Amino acid sequence: MNWQAFWLTVRLAAIVSTLLIAIGIPIAYWLTNSRWRWKFLVEAAVALPIVLPPTVLGFYVLVALGSRSPLGRWWESLTGHTLAFTFEGLVIGSLLYSLPFAVQPFAASFGGVDPSLLRASASLGHSPVQTFRRIVLPLSKTGLVTGFALSFAHTLGEFGVVLMVGGNIPGVTRTISIDIYDQVQTANYSSANCTALLLLIVSFVVLSIVYGLNRRPWAVGPWR
Amino acid sequence: MSKLLALLLLFAGAFATAQGITVAAAADMSAALPQLVASYAKKTGQAVKLSFGSSGNLTNQIRNGAPFDVFFSADEEYPQQLIIEGLASKETLYRYAVGRLVLWVSGDSPLDLSKLGIKALLDPSVKKISIANPAHAPYGRATEAALRHFGIYDQVSSRLVLGENVSQAAQFVESGNAQAGLIALSHALAPALKDKGRYWAVPLDAYPTLNQAAVVLARSKQQDAARRFLEFVHSPEATSLLTSYGFSLPAEKRQ
Repeated sequence: MNWQAFWLTVRLAAIVSTLLIAIGIPIAYWLTNSRWRWKFLVEAAVALPIVLPPTVLGFYVLVALGSRSPLGRWWESLTGHTLAFTFEGLVIGSLLYSLPFAVQPFAASFGGVDPSLLRASASLGHSPVQTFRRIVLPLSKTGLVTGFALSFAHTLGEFGVVLMVGGNIPGVTRTISIDIYDQVQTANYSSANCTALLLLIVSFVVLSIVYGLNRRPWAVGPWR
Repeated sequence: MSKLLALLLLFAGAFATAQGITVAAAADMSAALPQLVASYAKKTGQAVKLSFGSSGNLTNQIRNGAPFDVFFSADEEYPQQLIIEGLASKETLYRYAVGRLVLWVSGDSPLDLSKLGIKALLDPSVKKISIANPAHAPYGRATEAALRHFGIYDQVSSRLVLGENVSQAAQFVESGNAQAGLIALSHALAPALKDKGRYWAVPLDAYPTLNQAAVVLARSKQQDAARRFLEFVHSPEATSLLTSYGFSLPAEKRQ
Protein backbone atom coordinates (compact mmCIF):
# COMPACT_ATOMS: atom_id res chain seq x y z
CA MET A 1 0.00 0.00 0.00
CA ASN A 2 1.54 3.26 -1.14
CA TRP A 3 0.41 5.83 1.43
CA GLN A 4 2.52 8.56 -0.14
CA ALA A 5 0.56 8.23 -3.39
CA PHE A 6 -2.71 8.02 -1.46
CA TRP A 7 -2.16 11.26 0.49
CA LEU A 8 -0.82 13.00 -2.60
CA THR A 9 -4.04 12.14 -4.42
CA VAL A 10 -6.23 13.25 -1.50
CA ARG A 11 -4.30 16.53 -1.37
CA LEU A 12 -4.72 17.00 -5.13
CA ALA A 13 -8.46 16.29 -4.96
CA ALA A 14 -8.95 18.58 -1.95
CA ILE A 15 -7.10 21.49 -3.59
CA VAL A 16 -8.92 21.02 -6.90
CA SER A 17 -12.41 20.75 -5.42
CA THR A 18 -11.80 23.76 -3.14
CA LEU A 19 -10.56 25.87 -6.05
CA LEU A 20 -13.55 24.70 -8.07
CA ILE A 21 -15.89 26.14 -5.40
CA ALA A 22 -14.24 29.53 -5.95
CA ILE A 23 -14.15 29.25 -9.74
CA GLY A 24 -17.38 27.34 -10.19
CA ILE A 25 -19.75 29.56 -8.18
CA PRO A 26 -19.32 32.68 -10.38
CA ILE A 27 -19.54 30.61 -13.56
CA ALA A 28 -22.64 28.77 -12.32
CA TYR A 29 -24.21 32.04 -11.17
CA TRP A 30 -23.62 33.62 -14.54
CA LEU A 31 -24.96 30.56 -16.35
CA THR A 32 -28.14 30.62 -14.24
CA ASN A 33 -28.88 34.32 -14.65
CA SER A 34 -27.48 35.36 -17.99
CA ARG A 35 -29.90 35.91 -20.85
CA TRP A 36 -27.16 36.20 -23.41
CA ARG A 37 -28.17 34.62 -26.70
CA TRP A 38 -24.92 32.64 -27.05
CA LYS A 39 -24.93 31.33 -23.50
CA PHE A 40 -25.41 27.79 -24.78
CA LEU A 41 -21.91 27.91 -26.25
CA VAL A 42 -20.42 28.57 -22.80
CA GLU A 43 -22.59 25.78 -21.37
CA ALA A 44 -21.26 23.41 -24.03
CA ALA A 45 -17.65 24.46 -23.34
CA VAL A 46 -18.07 23.88 -19.60
CA ALA A 47 -19.53 20.42 -20.23
CA LEU A 48 -16.75 19.42 -22.68
CA PRO A 49 -14.57 17.48 -20.18
CA ILE A 50 -17.47 15.06 -19.58
CA VAL A 51 -17.22 13.73 -23.12
CA LEU A 52 -13.64 14.61 -24.09
CA PRO A 53 -11.11 11.80 -23.62
CA PRO A 54 -8.49 12.65 -20.98
CA THR A 55 -5.86 12.06 -23.65
CA VAL A 56 -7.04 15.18 -25.47
CA LEU A 57 -6.60 17.26 -22.35
CA GLY A 58 -3.26 15.58 -21.61
CA PHE A 59 -2.09 16.24 -25.15
CA TYR A 60 -2.95 19.94 -24.88
CA VAL A 61 -1.30 20.37 -21.51
CA LEU A 62 1.82 18.64 -22.82
CA VAL A 63 2.10 20.29 -26.21
CA ALA A 64 0.07 23.52 -26.20
CA LEU A 65 1.34 24.40 -22.75
CA GLY A 66 4.81 22.87 -23.29
CA SER A 67 7.99 24.86 -23.69
CA ARG A 68 7.50 25.17 -27.46
CA SER A 69 4.31 27.24 -27.19
CA PRO A 70 4.07 30.97 -26.28
CA LEU A 71 1.76 30.15 -23.38
CA GLY A 72 4.19 27.53 -22.12
CA ARG A 73 7.15 29.89 -22.40
CA TRP A 74 5.24 32.55 -20.46
CA TRP A 75 4.51 30.04 -17.71
CA GLU A 76 8.15 28.93 -17.73
CA SER A 77 9.44 32.51 -17.40
CA LEU A 78 7.03 32.99 -14.49
CA THR A 79 7.78 29.81 -12.56
CA GLY A 80 11.04 28.49 -13.99
CA HIS A 81 9.60 25.16 -15.15
CA THR A 82 7.07 23.69 -17.55
CA LEU A 83 3.63 22.58 -16.39
CA ALA A 84 4.26 18.94 -17.20
CA PHE A 85 5.78 16.78 -14.45
CA THR A 86 4.72 19.16 -11.66
CA PHE A 87 2.01 19.10 -9.02
CA GLU A 88 0.70 22.45 -10.31
CA GLY A 89 0.39 20.87 -13.75
CA LEU A 90 -1.81 18.16 -12.27
CA VAL A 91 -3.88 20.78 -10.42
CA ILE A 92 -4.49 22.76 -13.63
CA GLY A 93 -5.26 19.64 -15.64
CA SER A 94 -7.66 18.42 -12.96
CA LEU A 95 -9.37 21.83 -12.68
CA LEU A 96 -10.29 21.62 -16.35
CA TYR A 97 -11.08 17.94 -16.13
CA SER A 98 -13.45 18.26 -13.14
CA LEU A 99 -14.98 21.66 -13.92
CA PRO A 100 -18.42 20.42 -15.10
CA PHE A 101 -18.72 18.15 -12.07
CA ALA A 102 -18.73 21.26 -9.88
CA VAL A 103 -20.44 23.83 -12.13
CA GLN A 104 -23.43 21.74 -13.17
CA PRO A 105 -24.69 20.88 -9.66
CA PHE A 106 -24.03 24.49 -8.59
CA ALA A 107 -26.03 25.88 -11.52
CA ALA A 108 -28.86 23.39 -11.00
CA SER A 109 -29.29 24.38 -7.38
CA PHE A 110 -29.01 28.14 -8.09
CA GLY A 111 -31.70 27.72 -10.72
CA GLY A 112 -33.92 25.89 -8.25
CA VAL A 113 -34.22 28.82 -5.84
CA ASP A 114 -37.74 30.28 -5.86
CA PRO A 115 -37.51 33.59 -7.80
CA SER A 116 -40.18 35.23 -5.60
CA LEU A 117 -37.72 35.00 -2.68
CA LEU A 118 -35.15 36.89 -4.77
CA ARG A 119 -37.71 39.58 -5.62
CA ALA A 120 -38.73 39.88 -1.99
CA SER A 121 -35.10 40.25 -0.96
CA ALA A 122 -34.54 42.94 -3.58
CA SER A 123 -37.69 44.84 -2.57
CA LEU A 124 -36.46 44.81 1.04
CA GLY A 125 -33.39 46.73 -0.13
CA HIS A 126 -30.77 43.98 -0.51
CA SER A 127 -28.18 44.32 -3.26
CA PRO A 128 -27.82 41.35 -5.66
CA VAL A 129 -24.61 40.34 -3.85
CA GLN A 130 -26.36 40.41 -0.46
CA THR A 131 -29.29 38.47 -1.88
CA PHE A 132 -26.91 35.89 -3.30
CA ARG A 133 -25.07 35.51 0.00
CA ARG A 134 -28.12 35.43 2.26
CA ILE A 135 -30.74 33.71 0.11
CA VAL A 136 -29.26 31.81 -2.82
CA LEU A 137 -26.17 30.31 -1.19
CA PRO A 138 -27.89 28.94 1.95
CA LEU A 139 -30.70 27.47 -0.16
CA SER A 140 -28.16 25.85 -2.50
CA LYS A 141 -26.18 24.08 0.22
CA THR A 142 -26.99 20.62 -1.10
CA GLY A 143 -25.89 21.57 -4.62
CA LEU A 144 -22.66 23.04 -3.32
CA VAL A 145 -21.82 19.94 -1.31
CA THR A 146 -22.75 17.75 -4.30
CA GLY A 147 -20.48 19.73 -6.64
CA PHE A 148 -17.63 19.66 -4.13
CA ALA A 149 -17.97 15.92 -3.51
CA LEU A 150 -18.35 15.00 -7.19
CA SER A 151 -15.31 17.02 -8.28
CA PHE A 152 -13.35 15.55 -5.35
CA ALA A 153 -14.27 12.01 -6.35
CA HIS A 154 -13.67 12.67 -10.02
CA THR A 155 -10.17 14.04 -9.35
CA LEU A 156 -9.44 11.11 -7.06
CA GLY A 157 -10.07 8.74 -9.95
CA GLU A 158 -8.26 10.70 -12.62
CA PHE A 159 -5.87 8.59 -14.67
CA GLY A 160 -5.41 9.51 -18.32
CA VAL A 161 -4.30 13.11 -17.88
CA VAL A 162 -1.88 12.16 -15.12
CA LEU A 163 -0.42 9.30 -17.13
CA MET A 164 0.23 11.66 -20.03
CA VAL A 165 1.64 14.69 -18.23
CA GLY A 166 2.67 13.48 -14.78
CA GLY A 167 5.94 11.68 -15.47
CA ASN A 168 5.27 9.32 -12.53
CA ILE A 169 7.44 11.13 -9.96
CA PRO A 170 7.03 9.68 -6.44
CA GLY A 171 5.62 12.26 -4.03
CA VAL A 172 4.99 14.78 -6.81
CA THR A 173 2.89 13.28 -9.58
CA ARG A 174 2.54 9.58 -8.77
CA THR A 175 -1.13 9.48 -7.87
CA ILE A 176 -3.00 6.50 -6.51
CA SER A 177 -4.42 5.47 -9.90
CA ILE A 178 -0.92 5.53 -11.46
CA ASP A 179 0.38 3.52 -8.52
CA ILE A 180 -2.30 0.88 -9.08
CA TYR A 181 -1.39 0.80 -12.77
CA ASP A 182 2.31 0.28 -11.94
CA GLN A 183 1.48 -2.46 -9.44
CA VAL A 184 -0.59 -4.30 -12.05
CA GLN A 185 2.10 -3.88 -14.74
CA THR A 186 4.69 -5.46 -12.47
CA ALA A 187 2.24 -8.27 -11.58
CA ASN A 188 2.18 -7.13 -7.97
CA TYR A 189 -1.49 -8.03 -7.66
CA SER A 190 -1.83 -8.17 -3.88
CA SER A 191 -0.63 -4.60 -3.47
CA ALA A 192 -2.79 -3.42 -6.39
CA ASN A 193 -5.75 -5.18 -4.83
CA CYS A 194 -5.24 -3.46 -1.50
CA THR A 195 -4.99 0.01 -3.06
CA ALA A 196 -7.85 -0.56 -5.48
CA LEU A 197 -10.11 -1.68 -2.67
CA LEU A 198 -9.30 1.43 -0.65
CA LEU A 199 -10.07 3.66 -3.63
CA LEU A 200 -13.30 1.77 -4.23
CA ILE A 201 -14.42 2.28 -0.63
CA VAL A 202 -13.50 5.97 -0.54
CA SER A 203 -15.29 6.62 -3.84
CA PHE A 204 -18.37 4.74 -2.65
CA VAL A 205 -18.49 6.72 0.59
CA VAL A 206 -18.15 10.05 -1.24
CA LEU A 207 -20.91 9.15 -3.72
CA SER A 208 -23.13 7.86 -0.92
CA ILE A 209 -22.83 11.26 0.71
CA VAL A 210 -23.88 12.91 -2.55
CA TYR A 211 -26.89 10.68 -3.14
CA GLY A 212 -27.81 10.65 0.53
CA LEU A 213 -27.91 14.43 0.60
CA ASN A 214 -30.02 14.56 -2.51
CA ARG A 215 -32.59 12.11 -1.17
CA ARG A 216 -35.76 14.13 -0.64
CA PRO A 217 -37.18 12.46 2.49
CA TRP A 218 -33.95 13.39 4.23
CA ALA A 219 -34.74 17.07 4.07
CA VAL A 220 -35.35 16.82 7.80
CA GLY A 221 -33.06 13.98 8.87
CA PRO A 222 -31.81 10.55 7.76
CA TRP A 223 -33.59 8.80 10.66
CA ARG A 224 -37.07 9.26 9.27
CA MET B 1 -34.37 -8.24 -32.66
CA SER B 2 -32.40 -10.91 -30.83
CA LYS B 3 -31.85 -12.71 -34.14
CA LEU B 4 -30.36 -9.57 -35.58
CA LEU B 5 -28.09 -9.27 -32.58
CA ALA B 6 -26.96 -12.87 -32.93
CA LEU B 7 -26.21 -12.27 -36.59
CA LEU B 8 -24.17 -9.19 -35.73
CA LEU B 9 -22.18 -11.10 -33.13
CA LEU B 10 -21.55 -13.84 -35.65
CA PHE B 11 -20.16 -11.31 -38.09
CA ALA B 12 -18.02 -9.70 -35.41
CA GLY B 13 -16.66 -13.14 -34.52
CA ALA B 14 -15.92 -13.98 -38.15
CA PHE B 15 -13.99 -10.77 -38.62
CA ALA B 16 -12.04 -11.25 -35.43
CA THR B 17 -10.65 -14.64 -36.49
CA ALA B 18 -10.00 -14.12 -40.18
CA GLN B 19 -7.72 -11.13 -39.92
CA GLY B 20 -4.21 -12.54 -39.56
CA ILE B 21 -1.89 -12.60 -36.60
CA THR B 22 -1.39 -10.03 -33.87
CA VAL B 23 2.09 -9.14 -32.69
CA ALA B 24 2.76 -7.57 -29.29
CA ALA B 25 5.98 -5.63 -29.41
CA ALA B 26 8.26 -3.62 -27.15
CA ALA B 27 7.91 0.13 -27.64
CA ASP B 28 11.40 0.46 -29.13
CA MET B 29 10.12 -1.44 -32.19
CA SER B 30 7.35 1.11 -32.85
CA ALA B 31 9.19 2.64 -35.81
CA ALA B 32 10.93 -0.40 -37.31
CA LEU B 33 8.26 -3.08 -36.97
CA PRO B 34 5.57 -1.37 -39.10
CA GLN B 35 8.13 -1.26 -41.93
CA LEU B 36 8.91 -4.91 -41.43
CA VAL B 37 5.23 -5.81 -41.40
CA ALA B 38 4.64 -3.77 -44.56
CA SER B 39 7.29 -5.64 -46.52
CA TYR B 40 6.02 -8.95 -45.12
CA ALA B 41 2.51 -8.08 -46.30
CA LYS B 42 3.83 -7.15 -49.73
CA LYS B 43 5.64 -10.46 -50.01
CA THR B 44 3.04 -12.84 -48.62
CA GLY B 45 -0.25 -10.95 -48.60
CA GLN B 46 -0.51 -11.69 -44.88
CA ALA B 47 -1.64 -8.83 -42.65
CA VAL B 48 -0.08 -8.46 -39.23
CA LYS B 49 -1.64 -6.37 -36.49
CA LEU B 50 0.65 -4.60 -34.07
CA SER B 51 0.25 -3.71 -30.42
CA PHE B 52 2.99 -1.73 -28.67
CA GLY B 53 3.77 -1.30 -24.99
CA SER B 54 6.53 -1.76 -22.46
CA SER B 55 7.81 -5.35 -22.39
CA GLY B 56 6.76 -5.79 -18.76
CA ASN B 57 3.32 -4.45 -19.48
CA LEU B 58 2.84 -6.77 -22.47
CA THR B 59 4.13 -9.78 -20.54
CA ASN B 60 1.53 -9.09 -17.93
CA GLN B 61 -1.19 -8.80 -20.55
CA ILE B 62 -0.10 -12.12 -22.07
CA ARG B 63 -0.29 -13.76 -18.62
CA ASN B 64 -3.85 -12.52 -18.40
CA GLY B 65 -4.94 -13.99 -21.70
CA ALA B 66 -4.24 -11.24 -24.24
CA PRO B 67 -4.93 -12.60 -27.75
CA PHE B 68 -1.40 -12.13 -29.15
CA ASP B 69 0.36 -14.59 -31.42
CA VAL B 70 3.95 -13.37 -31.30
CA PHE B 71 5.76 -11.33 -28.65
CA PHE B 72 8.76 -9.10 -29.37
CA SER B 73 10.43 -8.19 -26.09
CA ALA B 74 13.16 -5.63 -25.49
CA ASP B 75 14.60 -7.93 -22.86
CA GLU B 76 15.17 -11.68 -23.15
CA GLU B 77 14.10 -12.21 -19.57
CA TYR B 78 10.38 -11.67 -20.19
CA PRO B 79 10.04 -14.34 -22.94
CA GLN B 80 12.11 -16.70 -20.77
CA GLN B 81 9.62 -16.22 -17.94
CA LEU B 82 6.71 -16.89 -20.29
CA ILE B 83 8.42 -20.09 -21.48
CA ILE B 84 8.84 -21.27 -17.89
CA GLU B 85 5.16 -20.53 -17.24
CA GLY B 86 4.21 -22.56 -20.32
CA LEU B 87 2.85 -19.53 -22.14
CA ALA B 88 5.42 -19.46 -24.97
CA SER B 89 7.12 -22.15 -27.01
CA LYS B 90 10.80 -22.50 -26.23
CA GLU B 91 11.96 -23.67 -29.67
CA THR B 92 10.70 -20.48 -31.31
CA LEU B 93 12.69 -18.13 -29.06
CA TYR B 94 14.80 -15.95 -31.31
CA ARG B 95 17.21 -13.17 -30.45
CA TYR B 96 16.59 -10.81 -33.29
CA ALA B 97 18.64 -7.80 -32.26
CA VAL B 98 20.45 -5.89 -29.56
CA GLY B 99 18.88 -2.59 -28.50
CA ARG B 100 20.96 0.55 -28.02
CA LEU B 101 20.37 3.23 -25.42
CA VAL B 102 21.10 6.84 -26.41
CA LEU B 103 21.06 10.22 -24.72
CA TRP B 104 18.92 12.53 -26.85
CA VAL B 105 18.48 16.32 -26.81
CA SER B 106 16.42 18.45 -29.17
CA GLY B 107 18.05 20.49 -31.92
CA ASP B 108 17.68 23.79 -30.06
CA SER B 109 19.55 22.50 -27.00
CA PRO B 110 22.88 24.25 -26.31
CA LEU B 111 24.44 21.05 -24.97
CA ASP B 112 27.40 19.63 -26.88
CA LEU B 113 26.80 15.93 -26.50
CA SER B 114 29.92 14.79 -28.34
CA LYS B 115 32.07 16.68 -25.83
CA LEU B 116 30.05 16.18 -22.65
CA GLY B 117 28.68 12.68 -23.12
CA ILE B 118 26.63 11.56 -20.14
CA LYS B 119 27.90 14.59 -18.16
CA ALA B 120 25.48 16.69 -20.22
CA LEU B 121 22.83 15.56 -17.74
CA LEU B 122 24.60 17.53 -14.99
CA ASP B 123 24.18 20.82 -16.86
CA PRO B 124 21.91 23.24 -14.96
CA SER B 125 19.79 23.80 -18.07
CA VAL B 126 18.63 20.18 -17.83
CA LYS B 127 15.71 20.41 -15.42
CA LYS B 128 13.94 17.19 -16.36
CA ILE B 129 15.37 13.99 -17.79
CA SER B 130 12.88 11.59 -19.32
CA ILE B 131 13.50 7.87 -19.00
CA ALA B 132 11.38 4.74 -19.40
CA ASN B 133 9.86 3.37 -16.20
CA PRO B 134 12.47 0.94 -14.75
CA ALA B 135 9.69 -1.03 -13.03
CA HIS B 136 8.48 -2.57 -16.28
CA ALA B 137 10.49 -1.18 -19.21
CA PRO B 138 13.87 -2.74 -20.09
CA TYR B 139 15.22 0.58 -21.37
CA GLY B 140 14.37 2.10 -18.00
CA ARG B 141 16.42 -0.56 -16.25
CA ALA B 142 19.27 -0.08 -18.72
CA THR B 143 19.16 3.67 -18.06
CA GLU B 144 19.29 3.18 -14.31
CA ALA B 145 22.25 0.83 -14.69
CA ALA B 146 24.08 3.29 -16.96
CA LEU B 147 23.52 6.22 -14.60
CA ARG B 148 24.92 4.14 -11.73
CA HIS B 149 27.80 2.99 -13.93
CA PHE B 150 28.80 6.62 -14.50
CA GLY B 151 28.28 7.40 -10.81
CA ILE B 152 25.76 10.18 -11.41
CA TYR B 153 22.53 8.45 -10.42
CA ASP B 154 22.20 10.27 -7.08
CA GLN B 155 22.90 13.63 -8.73
CA VAL B 156 20.16 13.24 -11.33
CA SER B 157 17.55 11.03 -9.63
CA SER B 158 15.43 13.99 -8.46
CA ARG B 159 15.12 15.21 -12.05
CA LEU B 160 14.02 11.92 -13.63
CA VAL B 161 10.55 11.70 -15.10
CA LEU B 162 9.23 8.28 -15.99
CA GLY B 163 7.58 7.50 -19.29
CA GLU B 164 5.11 4.62 -19.41
CA ASN B 165 7.47 3.04 -21.94
CA VAL B 166 10.49 4.14 -23.96
CA SER B 167 8.22 5.73 -26.62
CA GLN B 168 6.67 8.05 -24.07
CA ALA B 169 10.13 8.90 -22.73
CA ALA B 170 11.03 9.96 -26.29
CA GLN B 171 7.82 11.96 -26.61
CA PHE B 172 8.49 13.83 -23.33
CA VAL B 173 11.87 15.08 -24.60
CA GLU B 174 10.74 15.57 -28.20
CA SER B 175 7.89 17.87 -27.07
CA GLY B 176 10.36 19.97 -25.06
CA ASN B 177 8.83 19.13 -21.70
CA ALA B 178 12.06 17.39 -20.69
CA GLN B 179 15.43 18.85 -21.73
CA ALA B 180 17.17 15.51 -22.15
CA GLY B 181 16.00 11.94 -22.51
CA LEU B 182 17.45 8.45 -22.45
CA ILE B 183 15.70 6.73 -25.30
CA ALA B 184 16.09 3.93 -27.84
CA LEU B 185 18.44 4.47 -30.76
CA SER B 186 15.67 3.10 -32.97
CA HIS B 187 13.55 6.11 -32.02
CA ALA B 188 16.39 8.61 -32.46
CA LEU B 189 16.85 7.28 -36.01
CA ALA B 190 13.14 7.12 -36.83
CA PRO B 191 11.72 9.76 -39.21
CA ALA B 192 9.70 11.41 -36.42
CA LEU B 193 12.81 12.37 -34.43
CA LYS B 194 15.70 12.10 -36.85
CA ASP B 195 15.95 15.75 -37.87
CA LYS B 196 14.75 17.19 -34.59
CA GLY B 197 17.72 16.54 -32.36
CA ARG B 198 21.11 15.00 -31.62
CA TYR B 199 22.07 11.88 -29.73
CA TRP B 200 25.00 10.34 -27.95
CA ALA B 201 25.12 6.55 -27.85
CA VAL B 202 25.64 5.28 -24.31
CA PRO B 203 28.61 2.86 -24.40
CA LEU B 204 27.56 -0.78 -24.40
CA ASP B 205 29.63 -1.62 -21.31
CA ALA B 206 27.61 0.84 -19.20
CA TYR B 207 24.46 -1.32 -19.02
CA PRO B 208 23.49 -4.98 -19.32
CA THR B 209 22.98 -5.92 -22.98
CA LEU B 210 19.44 -5.31 -24.21
CA ASN B 211 18.99 -8.67 -25.89
CA GLN B 212 15.80 -8.36 -27.86
CA ALA B 213 13.99 -11.64 -28.25
CA ALA B 214 10.83 -12.77 -29.99
CA VAL B 215 8.77 -15.84 -29.25
CA VAL B 216 5.57 -17.49 -30.50
CA LEU B 217 2.94 -17.64 -27.77
CA ALA B 218 1.44 -20.95 -26.69
CA ARG B 219 -2.12 -19.66 -26.66
CA SER B 220 -1.95 -18.54 -30.29
CA LYS B 221 -4.56 -20.20 -32.49
CA GLN B 222 -2.47 -19.47 -35.57
CA GLN B 223 0.77 -21.20 -34.70
CA ASP B 224 1.81 -21.72 -38.33
CA ALA B 225 1.18 -18.14 -39.42
CA ALA B 226 2.97 -16.90 -36.31
CA ARG B 227 6.00 -19.11 -37.00
CA ARG B 228 6.10 -18.02 -40.64
CA PHE B 229 6.23 -14.38 -39.60
CA LEU B 230 9.04 -15.09 -37.17
CA GLU B 231 10.88 -16.96 -39.97
CA PHE B 232 10.69 -13.76 -41.99
CA VAL B 233 12.28 -11.82 -39.11
CA HIS B 234 15.25 -14.24 -39.44
CA SER B 235 15.69 -13.27 -43.10
CA PRO B 236 18.55 -11.05 -44.32
CA GLU B 237 16.00 -8.52 -45.60
CA ALA B 238 14.44 -8.11 -42.15
CA THR B 239 17.85 -8.06 -40.49
CA SER B 240 19.11 -5.25 -42.67
CA LEU B 241 15.97 -3.24 -41.99
CA LEU B 242 16.51 -3.67 -38.27
CA THR B 243 20.14 -2.58 -38.51
CA SER B 244 19.06 0.53 -40.40
CA TYR B 245 17.04 1.43 -37.30
CA GLY B 246 20.12 1.18 -35.13
CA PHE B 247 19.65 -2.32 -33.79
CA SER B 248 22.86 -4.28 -33.75
CA LEU B 249 22.94 -7.99 -34.42
CA PRO B 250 23.16 -10.46 -31.55
CA ALA B 251 26.61 -11.99 -31.01
CA GLU B 252 25.74 -15.34 -32.62
CA LYS B 253 24.71 -13.68 -35.90
CA ARG B 254 27.72 -11.39 -36.22
CA GLN B 255 30.47 -12.56 -38.51
